[in-house]
Amino acid sequence: MFPLPPDGPLKPPARKHRDADPGIGLFEDIRMTLQAAIATNRFGLGARPGDIAAAQSDPRGWLDAQLAQDPGLPPDLHGVEDSATRLAATYAARKEKDEEARKPLREALRAAYRDDAARRTRAAIATDAPLRERLVHFWSNHFTVSTSRPIVAAAVVPYENEAIRPHVTGRFADMLLAVTRHPVMLAYLDNAVSAGPDSMVGIRRQRGLNENLGRELLELHTLGVDGGYSQADVRELARILTGWSVAAERDRDTGTFLFRPNLHEPGDKILLGQRYSEDGMGEGLLALQRLARHPATARHVATKLARHFIADDPPPAVVAALEKSYRDSDGHLGEVTRTLLRQDAAWVPEARKVKTPTELVVSTGRALGGDIHPVADDGDTDMKAARAEPALRSLALLGQMPFAAPSPAGWPDQAADWVGPEAMVQRVDWALTVGEKLGDRIDPRQIADQVLGPFAGDATRQAVARAPSAAEGLALLISAPEFQRR
Amino acid sequence: MTAFLPLNRRHLLAGLGGAAALSLLPQVSFARTVGEQRFILIVLRGGMDGLAAVAPYADRDYAAVRGRLALPDPNAQGGVLDLDGFFGLNPALADIHPWYKEGQLLVAHAVATPYRDRSHFDAQDLLENGTVTPHGVASGWLNRALAQLGGDTGGRRLGLAVGQGVPLVLRGAAPIASWSPSPLKEADEDFLDRVAALYANDPLLANALKAGLDSASMADHALNTDADGAMDGAMMDGAAKPKTARLDPAQLGTATGRLLADANGPRVAVMDLQGWDTHAQQGTTAGRLAGALGNLSKVLVALRTSLGPAWRQTAVAVVTEFGRTARPNGTGGTDHGTATAAFLAGGAVQGGRVLANWPGLADGRLYQGRDLAPTQDLRAVMKGILRDHLGLDTGALDKAVFPGGGTPAAAHDLIRT
Repeated sequence: MFPLPPDGPLKPPARKHRDADPGIGLFEDIRMTLQAAIATNRFGLGARPGDIAAAQSDPRGWLDAQLAQDPGLPPDLHGVEDSATRLAATYAARKEKDEEARKPLREALRAAYRDDAARRTRAAIATDAPLRERLVHFWSNHFTVSTSRPIVAAAVVPYENEAIRPHVTGRFADMLLAVTRHPVMLAYLDNAVSAGPDSMVGIRRQRGLNENLGRELLELHTLGVDGGYSQADVRELARILTGWSVAAERDRDTGTFLFRPNLHEPGDKILLGQRYSEDGMGEGLLALQRLARHPATARHVATKLARHFIADDPPPAVVAALEKSYRDSDGHLGEVTRTLLRQDAAWVPEARKVKTPTELVVSTGRALGGDIHPVADDGDTDMKAARAEPALRSLALLGQMPFAAPSPAGWPDQAADWVGPEAMVQRVDWALTVGEKLGDRIDPRQIADQVLGPFAGDATRQAVARAPSAAEGLALLISAPEFQRR
Repeated sequence: MTAFLPLNRRHLLAGLGGAAALSLLPQVSFARTVGEQRFILIVLRGGMDGLAAVAPYADRDYAAVRGRLALPDPNAQGGVLDLDGFFGLNPALADIHPWYKEGQLLVAHAVATPYRDRSHFDAQDLLENGTVTPHGVASGWLNRALAQLGGDTGGRRLGLAVGQGVPLVLRGAAPIASWSPSPLKEADEDFLDRVAALYANDPLLANALKAGLDSASMADHALNTDADGAMDGAMMDGAAKPKTARLDPAQLGTATGRLLADANGPRVAVMDLQGWDTHAQQGTTAGRLAGALGNLSKVLVALRTSLGPAWRQTAVAVVTEFGRTARPNGTGGTDHGTATAAFLAGGAVQGGRVLANWPGLADGRLYQGRDLAPTQDLRAVMKGILRDHLGLDTGALDKAVFPGGGTPAAAHDLIRT
């Protein structure tokens, strides 16, 4: 469906020939433009007008530069409160017994989440480092927390800011530790209340183990479901992690990580055949380090990354290359991502991935210069503004509110899960809504050139050009396979 | 005039190349296959605690094993609702308790799929793919059953997924509709024609769009024909045009029932319900699990009401990927387990019974010392329904629908004759 270059994967062009033969130079220009379109749309979050031109001189360098430098928290997210503040507010709302008094507290928490989620979406639309932002989305989906558990719902975006963002080009082990000791994860997967049966609290108050985090840490976060662990390992890891908890209202620093020795299961544990001598919190630190280095983790991470960036069913050679890179670099995610960018299979013109609703909404926002359609009038309260945020509302309509995945496995990352019949119709209906709101202000032919560039096939260009109105032209562009895929 | 385009959307075939061609195949065996029987599969995602939903209150080990999660017996305040002197329903399911006496509710207990590990995601995959291997095939047993029902259906989609996507159990060769509420303004025929033309070389998007448009016209028709006003709160204009993309469980049940009640509507539907992964503070007759059970009860009641006379030809199966630990964990919840309960409900169900080869709850009886032991294969129950309710033959069930070693024989007498 896309124009194929004469010889398959687009390798970085050999510049030295350029001066020698103007014909080759022209061909190289075309290849560079294609590469830039791939860099911005497949690895970025969708080209903005001007992005393809900016990336064209060195598409891979454009991506590498984003990996090399962490610009810090995106401006749209400045002002988002930290997770401890949000958790403390959540606890306070729960403690309030009076229904009348509790209601506004809960509404404020819900509004805080919406505002955060809207800011996060705006940040993705506005970012100059879209590869990095895509990695943030990828990793916070890998380490999913969800508003389906009300106790953490107001702190999901702060969780991403604190546990995910700083580590997307760092070491997996560091991210794993940041996530596992994050109060939001500890509450989401119930570890905060898990007690060793023979711990002080276990004995005195007849409390005991909760294996939720132990299991998902092995199955989803590290080894993968076929990673070679047993039910006994799940229990042992849960025992190791007892005591990893969250400071409650009565504690100092409410809502922050707290190791509670009196919840910790005493004695030695055996995880994956290795003995862990009694060492309080140290057992968990050691276990996480070992899990991060485990070959099954390398394979699991490599497979998920390749599936996200290349194809639902990724080429085994790419998975193997990423796996090797992970092992060789001791789980350095910046390095693994760089390896990914050096795979020929990553640069094939065929766009095999269908965008998720988030990718569709964000790339549309980027294509249209930030707006999806006019935002609400000034003077709204924060809450109204969040509700009126068109991008966020679009995500709700298309079924992917930020951090609302139904299970700890996170959102699916394969087309079969997103291109359902109803979903497809809603994508088209949504495209038309966007077109009708904005069509009179832009020239969709120009947008097609600027954001899809050489990806835009003749059929799509013609359809856009021949549409009865600019609104429909824009809607067709958004509906087109070249835009629905990346 | 509500709107718009039922016919237009339905007949929008022009640009959908390959997809359209499929439905132009000669129409064979249509009459034989499309009966009036309805089958609804409700998938409880997260692992329902069967011992909390249907408590074996008279098991001598029940109270001890369940500890703080034990439900009071039928004579006590807030106690379970007796079924057969041994099992009782969680009071959160009170609304469907009378169905048991009417013979329209059947419980299968200590059931499990062949899956014996404890991953939600593998377990759900296996529950839906109908084989003995997670991720073994990319189609679902209910889709394969629909395919067995017979060739072409004249473009009619017999299977309905309630939601934007199609769950694995309904994926496969047989064409499936899906429906979910959408407040978006619908694109008109001309625009859809143009989009369809763009999808000429993209079968994935083309087929999905075609299926979606078929679904939309079906939904428009079904949801417009019933004038009882049950959906008015959510469905504006009387059509499939809600104000919001979110419906509560009762509204979803009502919409599903209406779609299936329609003479030309689907005959098989799948719905998902979330909220069953009760690791902490699951509660007994109130709390997280009771809330989820209450939602299930609302869905079932809404289905019965909205199906109207068609309820007589309806069987609803309520299944989950696995059960939970027999004993409470240390945090007032339960962890992932093995066997659990399943429900069959509907006018076509030969109910009023609990099907169980009860394994007991004594220490030595628990699976791996922790879970309710599986003594019935859920596939046998599903096969019994497919055979006796939808009319599939045994050979097809074994070969195509539930292939794989050790596939159990279809259970008998689940359906009224």
